Amino acid sequence: MNVRITVNGVVYERNVEPRTLLAYFLRDDCRLTGTHVGCDTSSCGCCVVVLDGETAVKSCAMFAVQADGHAILTVEGLAQSGTLHPIQQGFWDQHGLQCGYCTPGMMLTSLALLKQNATPSEAEIREGLAGNLCRCTGYQNIVKAVQQAAGALITT
Amino acid sequence: MIPAAFEYVRAHSEDEAFAHLQQHGSDARILAGGQSLIPAMRFRLARPSVLVDINEAKELSYIRLDGTLAIGAIARDSAIERAPWTGDRRWGLLRDVSRVVADPVVRQMGTLVGSLCHNDPAGDWTTAALAARAEVVVRGTAGPRTVPIDNFLVDSFTTAVGEGEMAVAVRFPVPDDRTAGAYQKIERKVGDFATAAAAVQVSLHANGTIRDAGVALSAAGPCAVRVQEAEQLLEGQRPSGELIRAAADAASRSSEPQADLRGSVEYKKHLAGVLVARALRQVFTRLGVQP
Repeated sequence: MNVRITVNGVVYERNVEPRTLLAYFLRDDCRLTGTHVGCDTSSCGCCVVVLDGETAVKSCAMFAVQADGHAILTVEGLAQSGTLHPIQQGFWDQHGLQCGYCTPGMMLTSLALLKQNATPSEAEIREGLAGNLCRCTGYQNIVKAVQQAAGALITT
Repeated sequence: MIPAAFEYVRAHSEDEAFAHLQQHGSDARILAGGQSLIPAMRFRLARPSVLVDINEAKELSYIRLDGTLAIGAIARDSAIERAPWTGDRRWGLLRDVSRVVADPVVRQMGTLVGSLCHNDPAGDWTTAALAARAEVVVRGTAGPRTVPIDNFLVDSFTTAVGEGEMAVAVRFPVPDDRTAGAYQKIERKVGDFATAAAAVQVSLHANGTIRDAGVALSAAGPCAVRVQEAEQLLEGQRPSGELIRAAADAASRSSEPQADLRGSVEYKKHLAGVLVARALRQVFTRLGVQP
């Protein structure tokens, strides 16, 4: 089936089997391997991408054909002309990652969270990220990173 | 794991979706949020040969509160969670569920109607729908019909939706201001299915006695179960600690869970009682009643 999916502003026209999951379309067809696959059963949140600018989705639980005609944002689309996105800068400054495996999903979930609630409390950030697992046990700094990003996004 | 191959069709309206179902019959499944169906397909527990995607049928994304609360087939769980009226204590049950079903990312895609259609034994919305006495609007060849939730939930992963039919909405009666509900769930981690969960909704008479009680359990049988014995115990009585204990005991007795990684039968039966008691206490607090 032919699909036309805009990923990070670039149009990808590909022929995919309907059973191709969005995560694998991004990684294998678009060669955008920043989207990680962790549990592969929609439990861990490593594969989260943003659909149409505001909805966080686990790309292992969505078929690529469902994204036909839609826009997907992955971690590769966060930085603009070499400048880190405020969320990336937050993770950098606050040491919001250790091994980095969960980080793309954490950042994309955070992006959707801040779109829906520009001034989340610490509790709201923790709740919003509850579907994303970090096995380095680094939630403290992840929360700080999102708090920094929220502040930066409001002032910009 | 990769799902078995299937044909994908996209419906832009309810009519289009229905037409696809008529054409493909029992081989076809509706794809709404996909948060249960897609994992099930990946485990090859479901192998539909045609998927009818209704995510573009935007007319089914409504959450309408007029004579009843009507929620369309692609209204997301996150939209229910964010709806302004959920802050009203009368809708406490739905609000509670909207905050604990799956996880916050899954809720951005997942749908209430889809959860009812999936009818997992440990589902959250199915249990709440029983306690709140919801009904499901099913569209069939003879037109739409309304199915009370007790008849809709037939067996594990089985509903009253027949071949070529689709569930298009769920309706909840609007509670009066002497009504409150609550949902109590024990889960190993956010996003896990319930180890045990209880949904309760209670309406009081003006004189403070219980007019109507809905009590239901998750993970306590082949699908969500109504605890009729507890409901009958509560109705006509005045809220009291003794009454709560009696209802909780009835719930514990009627629970028929399966032992699994989440716990033993004995533990889950115990939890059923504990959670019904907690939910009842919360409901009475929300109603401003000291039991």
